[in-house]
Amino acid sequence: MNKLSLIIKREYLAKVRNKSFVIMTFLSPILMVAMIVLIAYLTKVNDSQKRIIAVFNESDYFSTDFNTTERTSFVFFKRISLQAAKDSTLSLGFSGLLHIPIGSDLEEVTQNSFFYSKEPPNSTLLDPLENIFEERLRQRRLIDIGVSTEEFTTINNSFEINIATFEGEQNLKGINEMKAFVGGGFGYLIMMFIIIYGGFVMRSVIEEKTSRIIEVIISSVKPFQLMLGKIIGTSLAGITQFSIWIVSASLLLFVIFLVSGIDLTGISDQSAMVSNPMSTISPMPQTTDAMQLYALEFLQIPWFLLISLFLVYFVLGYLIYSSIYAAIGAAVDNETDTQQFIFPIILPLMLAIYVGFFSVFSNPHGPIAVAFSLFPFTSPIVMLMRLPGGIGEGGVPLWQIIISIVLLIVTFVGIVWLAAKIYRVGILMYGKKPTYRELYKWLKY
Amino acid sequence: MKNILVARNVTKKFGNQIALNNVSLEIPRNCIYGLLGPNGAGKTTLIRIINQITYPDSGEVLFNGELLQPHHIAQIGYLPEERGLYKSMKVGEQALYLAQLKGLSKSDANQRLRYWFDKLDIGDWWNRKIQELSKGMAQKIQFIVTVLHEPKLLIFDEPFSGFDPINANIIKDEIIKLKEKGTSIIFSTHRMESVEELCEYIALLHNAEKILDGKLEDIKKRYKNNIFRVGLELENGENFLNLISDKFDITESTYDIRKKQLDFTVQLPSDDTRNFLSILSAEASINNFVETIPTANEIFIQTVQNKNAHE
Repeated sequence: MNKLSLIIKREYLAKVRNKSFVIMTFLSPILMVAMIVLIAYLTKVNDSQKRIIAVFNESDYFSTDFNTTERTSFVFFKRISLQAAKDSTLSLGFSGLLHIPIGSDLEEVTQNSFFYSKEPPNSTLLDPLENIFEERLRQRRLIDIGVSTEEFTTINNSFEINIATFEGEQNLKGINEMKAFVGGGFGYLIMMFIIIYGGFVMRSVIEEKTSRIIEVIISSVKPFQLMLGKIIGTSLAGITQFSIWIVSASLLLFVIFLVSGIDLTGISDQSAMVSNPMSTISPMPQTTDAMQLYALEFLQIPWFLLISLFLVYFVLGYLIYSSIYAAIGAAVDNETDTQQFIFPIILPLMLAIYVGFFSVFSNPHGPIAVAFSLFPFTSPIVMLMRLPGGIGEGGVPLWQIIISIVLLIVTFVGIVWLAAKIYRVGILMYGKKPTYRELYKWLKY
Repeated sequence: MKNILVARNVTKKFGNQIALNNVSLEIPRNCIYGLLGPNGAGKTTLIRIINQITYPDSGEVLFNGELLQPHHIAQIGYLPEERGLYKSMKVGEQALYLAQLKGLSKSDANQRLRYWFDKLDIGDWWNRKIQELSKGMAQKIQFIVTVLHEPKLLIFDEPFSGFDPINANIIKDEIIKLKEKGTSIIFSTHRMESVEELCEYIALLHNAEKILDGKLEDIKKRYKNNIFRVGLELENGENFLNLISDKFDITESTYDIRKKQLDFTVQLPSDDTRNFLSILSAEASINNFVETIPTANEIFIQTVQNKNAHE
């Protein structure tokens, strides 16, 4: 058996036989599922809470405008004092009191209207109310500048058509975000994998240094072979762990949904939204028609392309980062010394995730999204977020993918070469923590 | 071919620091070769070059007459000074892994390991983890792993550090047996007295340079200063001592009146032994007359001092 495969085998077995690894592997899916169920439950509770707003309307306007909706219902006070209205709103525990005073003119009435609440109201509460006022004011002003009632109806009609169209766009946009979210999921997976298993590689190198076995080993094999074997062996252990997680978590989830009878599709959408803090626009389709459209769009994501490119970016990205982790492990004597070196690695990863969630979600083909999907330290994550839109027309231009992969490969070769040099020198250096300047010197040894 | 290993003008720098400066060595086949020198002299760097862990900036190393190549690794066994084992791995499994890395097949390695484990009386450790063993126990396993693939050249860097005297002796005996079977052995140490008795050849390294090498016997001959330790039995020892003190350079003298025993150290002019002995034998009976041969350590100190004086 050749030496590299011997090393890979040992690293793999050393990892998967480790007690904490075994415990993590089998405990994590349970924790993960528990989290998702909790989130789903909380979301459901949160959503089912209905708001009640008291309306004390003393004017002649708005008599037909406050209609109970899915989220909000209205209670009307009549012929009482404002103070009594306030008191009863408070004592009944309503979300707030809207007071519309007596007035001869709509402008005046709206100017003097007030919304009273115990705590400062949020926009989801105020927006519908403001919309009602704006609607009335618009109608009134249009009539004032000479638009006849008939004309207004046509305008209003077309306006309503616009709203419908706008909602359609909204849906489509939501789907774009869902797509980016799928890509983001892949990107996030890469980041997690790099941080977790890169850390494992690093600790494993440190262990070899502190146990002083390193020199025994590298008198038999080349340092580069050892480094490569370690990275591959650890990542195979990681892939094993991830596979167990995915399979067991989906099994568990399935069983739980089956038992509890929670609507599967609803939950997955909700949990997706909750775990994505950047998404402010709700992509929730309102009707079954939209739901079908939505599912159709979802199926149109180029899964094969996405998964094959995921593998490419995953392998290259992981190798780049884990060889840096290996070099760090070689440079230091114990884990506490690693902090100053790890930060510069985590930084581009975090940047990639945040840029991904901010820029790519809002505009997958904007300049920032493009730049970060070409830059090799962020491209494995950011490019995957852009990819669900497909390649070519309407998606990521082919040249960008080619350039990003070429850059990634060039960086990969360069970084692995540099890391191997630092590794080769570092594993035989005991004692003090090196500075960046010393690391630079090592490159020339 | 006489030499198992030849180093020619090997130079190695780490940044501005010179680790080896133009060092040349010839290590004869089937002997024990002592690579001596204080810490930081460059011993470990030289050994790492031989093991192809690092590479010289200039100069060349020949193994068995060939330029050093990766496949020679399988013919070299190396016990580093900084040595250890994977803590959480089982003894047998780990030994098998290290043996396979040296190119042994699994079954071959297994067989040889069982043999050595029995020989050093550690057969029942096979399934124990390294972290359960003492340091001395782990050293035995490291020794076995080093010699298991029956290399032509064995390199031991500070081999006896960490061993208790009993185990150190066991290992020493095994090393001598290996040498008798035809293995060439390099010992590297800064504690020169510890391997002096074993080495036929030595090289002294100091400040990245080789300052002395050759057959230990020859070196000692070269470095002996005609100093003798003399034990006499005679009456009136003090008078006799005064008498010869005028003519010879005598130090460390003691006279025991009760035993009539006179001991002293004398520095003789070269080739004057015969004359001196005749003077002694005329007056006293000679109990002992031993030339004090300098230790490697003394030779080392003297060489360094000479060198510094010249510079």
